[in-house]
Amino acid sequence: MHTVLLVLATFAASAVEMVEALTIVLAVGVTRGWRDVATGVSAAVVCLVAVVAALGPALTHLPINTLRLVIGGLLLVFGLQWLRKAILRAGGLKALHDEDAIYQRELAELRAAGGGRGPLDWYGFTVAFKGVFLEGLEVAFIVVTFGAAQGHLGVAALGAAAALVVVLAVGFAVHRPLSRVPENTLKFGVGVMLTSFGMFWTAEGAGVTWPGSDAFIVVLIAFVLTISFGFVTALRREMPLLVSGQAA
Amino acid sequence: MSRITNFGRFWYDFVIGDDWTIALGVVASIALTSLLAHHFHLAWLVVPVAITALLALSLGRAQRAAWTVEADETFDP
Repeated sequence: MHTVLLVLATFAASAVEMVEALTIVLAVGVTRGWRDVATGVSAAVVCLVAVVAALGPALTHLPINTLRLVIGGLLLVFGLQWLRKAILRAGGLKALHDEDAIYQRELAELRAAGGGRGPLDWYGFTVAFKGVFLEGLEVAFIVVTFGAAQGHLGVAALGAAAALVVVLAVGFAVHRPLSRVPENTLKFGVGVMLTSFGMFWTAEGAGVTWPGSDAFIVVLIAFVLTISFGFVTALRREMPLLVSGQAA
Repeated sequence: MSRITNFGRFWYDFVIGDDWTIALGVVASIALTSLLAHHFHLAWLVVPVAITALLALSLGRAQRAAWTVEADETFDP
């Protein structure tokens, strides 16, 4: 019975962390392209395997809060940049698809010049790498701490592996429907997600305990969505004033 | 020299982006959260409040800049 409970507990705790990583990977993959995001995920998995193999049970001594602070802070800055641009586009103050047009033009020029596969999209690579590496480390912590506490490391790893299979299946199922969502809407969504996760990890790394623990991410996403729509509405309301001000 | 400049510009654009005040504000809000986290149970409010203020200020500046550009384009002496 203890074994079943251990598997279930590790499964649930790992699944929460994996869904967080999956959200980031899907959001960035759909908007920036899958090639470099896949490279970022692969690099993160290789680094994770190396860290886990090198440290083993000593993994729990890594300064996880410092990692959360640094990675969360970077995600928050990235996320706010995305969100700011998406709000400006939705509010009518910035042309739609401008960055994509520039990126596609540069890509075409590089390919025409014999660049082969084109340049690595560092943005997609880095965000995917950070998301998967941090969440992967947290899964490894869960397995080591749950497994060590019960004296069944292998059983705890089984729970995490089952969670990985389920979360990967969900990811494959939803990535196609997601790719049909309009690009600007997706970029808005990515900004909201990166900002929300960035806030969550940063504050945790700084020593804060969120009310309701990991479940508070949902509240943060709702909060960021609400203020973003509020800003878009305010910008759209000002647009007619701007036009009529010029006409006067 | 231009290679070093390009390298520096890449990292500046990559990390800081269009509005440096956002990056500065994020760092300041993290520092304030760290200071308050162990003494004030509502310290978790600092980052959400800070990002709301940072976005409002940054979007306000972008809006005023759009006003200025539009006014310059329509100015016909």
